[in-house]
Amino acid sequence: MRHSMLNYLVQRLATIVPTLALVSILIFGLQQLLPGDPAIVLAGEEHDPNVVAHLRAKLHLDEPLPARYLYWVGGVLRGDLGESLRIQKPVLELILEKLPVTVQLASMAIVIALVIGVTAGVVSAVAKDTAWDYAANAVALWGLSTPNFWLGIMLILLFSVSLGWLPASGYVSPFEDLRGNLAAMIMPAFVLGNAFAAVLMRHTRSAMLQVLSADYVRTARAKGLEERVVVLKHALRNALIPVITLGALGFGELLGGTVLTETVFTIPGFGKLIVDAVFNRDYLVVQGVVLFTATAYILLNLLADLAYFLVNPRLRG
Amino acid sequence: MKLACRITGWTLALALAAFAAAPSHGQTLRIGLAEDPDLLDPTPARTFVGRIVFSALCDKLFDLDEKLTIVPQLATGYEWSADNKTLLIKLRRGVTFHDGEKFDAAAVKFNIERHKSMPGSSRRGELTPVTSVDVVDDYTVRLNLSAPFAPLLAVLTDRAGMMVSPKAAQAAGEKFAANPVCSGPFRFVERIAQDRIVLERYPNYWNKGEIHFDRIVYLPIVDATVRLANLRSGQLDFIERLATSDVPGLKGDSRFKISRIVEIGYQGITINIGKSDLAQKNPLGRDARVREAFELALDRDAIVQVAMDGEAQVGNQWVAPNNRYYAKNVPVPKHDLAKAKALLREAGVPNPTFTLMTPTTSDAQRLAQVVQAMAKEAGFDMKIQSTEFATSLNMAEKGDYEAYLLLWSGRADPDGNLHIHLGCGAPLNYAGYCKPDVEELITRSRTTLDPTQRLKFYEQIAANVAKDRPIVYLFHRYWLWAYTAKLSGMRAVPDGLVRVQGLRMN
Amino acid sequence: MIGLSVLLFFISIALLAPEIAPYDPLQTSWSAVRKPPSESHLFGTDEIGRDVLSRVIWGARASLLAGLVSVCIALAFGVPIGLAAGYLGGWVDALISRCTDAMLACPFLILAIALAAFLGPSLTNAMIAIGISATPAFIRLTRAQTLAVKIEDYVEAARAIGNPHLRIALRHILPNVAAPIIVQATLAIAAAIIAEASLSFLGLGQQPPAPSWGSMLNTAKNYIDLAPWMAVWPGLSIFLLVLSFNLLGDGLRDTLDPRHD
Repeated sequence: MRHSMLNYLVQRLATIVPTLALVSILIFGLQQLLPGDPAIVLAGEEHDPNVVAHLRAKLHLDEPLPARYLYWVGGVLRGDLGESLRIQKPVLELILEKLPVTVQLASMAIVIALVIGVTAGVVSAVAKDTAWDYAANAVALWGLSTPNFWLGIMLILLFSVSLGWLPASGYVSPFEDLRGNLAAMIMPAFVLGNAFAAVLMRHTRSAMLQVLSADYVRTARAKGLEERVVVLKHALRNALIPVITLGALGFGELLGGTVLTETVFTIPGFGKLIVDAVFNRDYLVVQGVVLFTATAYILLNLLADLAYFLVNPRLRG
Repeated sequence: MKLACRITGWTLALALAAFAAAPSHGQTLRIGLAEDPDLLDPTPARTFVGRIVFSALCDKLFDLDEKLTIVPQLATGYEWSADNKTLLIKLRRGVTFHDGEKFDAAAVKFNIERHKSMPGSSRRGELTPVTSVDVVDDYTVRLNLSAPFAPLLAVLTDRAGMMVSPKAAQAAGEKFAANPVCSGPFRFVERIAQDRIVLERYPNYWNKGEIHFDRIVYLPIVDATVRLANLRSGQLDFIERLATSDVPGLKGDSRFKISRIVEIGYQGITINIGKSDLAQKNPLGRDARVREAFELALDRDAIVQVAMDGEAQVGNQWVAPNNRYYAKNVPVPKHDLAKAKALLREAGVPNPTFTLMTPTTSDAQRLAQVVQAMAKEAGFDMKIQSTEFATSLNMAEKGDYEAYLLLWSGRADPDGNLHIHLGCGAPLNYAGYCKPDVEELITRSRTTLDPTQRLKFYEQIAANVAKDRPIVYLFHRYWLWAYTAKLSGMRAVPDGLVRVQGLRMN
Repeated sequence: MIGLSVLLFFISIALLAPEIAPYDPLQTSWSAVRKPPSESHLFGTDEIGRDVLSRVIWGARASLLAGLVSVCIALAFGVPIGLAAGYLGGWVDALISRCTDAMLACPFLILAIALAAFLGPSLTNAMIAIGISATPAFIRLTRAQTLAVKIEDYVEAARAIGNPHLRIALRHILPNVAAPIIVQATLAIAAAIIAEASLSFLGLGQQPPAPSWGSMLNTAKNYIDLAPWMAVWPGLSIFLLVLSFNLLGDGLRDTLDPRHD
């Protein structure tokens, strides 16, 4: 049993390196092949030719593509992700600055998604085909069907402008002002979480329904245990398997994909950093951050699979 | 016992001292910006929004007032030599940089040379005519020019006139932007990219009587709706670039005030008349009559009303009609659909087609759609090609476009709005406009210092440009600032910057 | 069922747009800027005087196209590649899987923005970008299903009789993996419609003056106080259309794939 898991782990770890290499090529290509000369964009309004030349030299733009790739990868392996040409800050510093923000936002979103999604899924499965079921489904569908930038703006108008309960934007560190931090993060976390909650709800529901009719649950019922115990102990634990997998994957996705929400709520996380950098052709920022989030995503993927392995007794051996 | 008494005594004394030294008001001014600034170092700095932060962080030799007159700041006076090739500048005494270093002529010399020679400096083009700087005495400096240069003083009211501490600049080298040390009313505390820039009051500022805040926090919020929502909910005290559609709603709200003034820039349509082959292939670029028909088809007043909710002043030159250098002999043409159609018939192209390269901002999109609808009435089939900013710059550079909807943020001296776009071979001359006689006039308008004489040159240039139409100037926006009614002392200056001197919260 | 009928409703308005739209969606009118809903303009007018109802009707085309075309692209590339990976195994599978993982690890919007910048902002390019971004998910799904079906008896039997691989793949495997793929496809269409709206928010996607619900929403947010009707109708339409696809997907899952429930 131990052996097969170890084997599995080694196998999976071996695939990480080629995947990351491919990610690096993909993001490098997508950035460097974008039309136009980045030096002109970065050179500001007047495009002073001296500035353009200076920036071209910094980005090694006059050298062939493969050489530039090697410069970049060489730097990465040494721990140097380059610097943002727009504000002259090292990319690594930018990542470390924004990491806590994005992690907090993603975590809060996942928690909200879990709370809403799993509860709705359980309710819907247990009370199948009743009003509760339809209501839960409606909530899930609503979550899937609204564009999140839209939802964000509506929430701001309601809770910030009309009611004045929550701040419209901005981020303050939880160490400085915990209350302010939570107040600022709750709406964006909700916006991000509610679409994911819908997905979780459906999977929880279907996994629970599957399990609720399975043999060992019937045995447990036959033994005379209380209905609630049956549900909670046996069905839920097993239904949580896909939820864990999805949760880990979802977290990974959120780390890289919160662009619109961050823009609307002005949260200084990765999403906004990347989008602005793409439009400003600040290559090294995009390349560095995407490589970072991709690594995180892949590692989380691996963790999720391992957890799946561990939690599901039937998959071992 | 004695020790305890002593300790208590010292503690009490310290506490009293702390109370006495505590600031009487911990006022913070929170300003919402429309973009995140780039480098906070005046030498390489390249964005408009960065200048807003500089106006609190870095003082400059001269400043502008509401009427665009040059007023003293770090300099107290100036004098041109008889041949206009030397500028003597007198400096203010008692000014120090944020690190305590003295501001003097040697510092000015250092800064100007830094602006001219630092790799990556964006100020080189602005200071081309300055050949050398001499220190006359501790508080007098002399700039030597290769030729008379009228815009020089205006240039010194912008980043080229900003002075950083030589000691700090030399110590930090390339990393200076991470921790700028200037001589303005506020000094740098910290900056978190895309989140905030924090400045705190510099206690030894030479004009400290005018400063009534302890801290300023600049918060970039790109979306105008969200920026206003922040002002409304009380998280910001001040926002710049209020969206024109939000003005009516805010006007009725007594908690807030709106300030406005015509910008020094312009919004116009640049036409490729000679930048590349495309100019000849397209009737708009090829035939001046088609361009004239296009301009006559546009009803500028309606454009301003519909696209800008009335928050702009119509114009037809690189400076606004209320500017002293506006050529009154070339007034804004009236909308004339009949004449437009007649011109197109005469030119033999009753239904010309062309593509307008348009930025993706909602303002530009709205404007382009209005222009499209108007041009259609005269028979133009104008297509809108939304192009991402970076790509559009590149296409314009190569001349890979027919018409380009471009706005220019403007410079205090009219030359800054003219030469860079219409001078032969100038970096932003996307139209490809180059006529020797006009070029001669432009050069003379830059090297003559007498305003009346300059105006005469501009009148001639305007007559030419109005005929050739490399750029169809549409209007000049109003800068729109919105802020809490408790704030007083806001001065509306046409350069769009927020000057902190005199601002106070009541 | 409800899903199907709502969907058919939208498809018919999209197809019949030229007949039923009361005004030309591009017709501007300086005197009728931002007028609230009235008899002449049932949904009101927008910021340059165009009829919102007509724009919503015509916009149905853009949104439906965005959803359908991008998912078709994803299916056209994703299913065959996934089949190949699952069926052939070995180094082919390893290569495809690593590439798919790499693409999934890149945030979707970055892919989409980069692609749109490459190709230029337009509805077509947005559809291509969304389609390409959605492909890895289908590759993965098809591959997983193929792996599961590959070991079934009837496939073994087909191979034993000596059928060529292509025949086995098309006749035996594909029909049996189709069900979850179809379900996923309907859900993906819903996501693609929202993705188009998101890209419009960033200035990519359907270009003016042609209407699309996403770009209408994007413009409307600037006028939410002055003219809320500009936002209500396109927003509601997106919601209903996406809802109908989701309901359809659910219904299909219930009928085609009883194992799921």
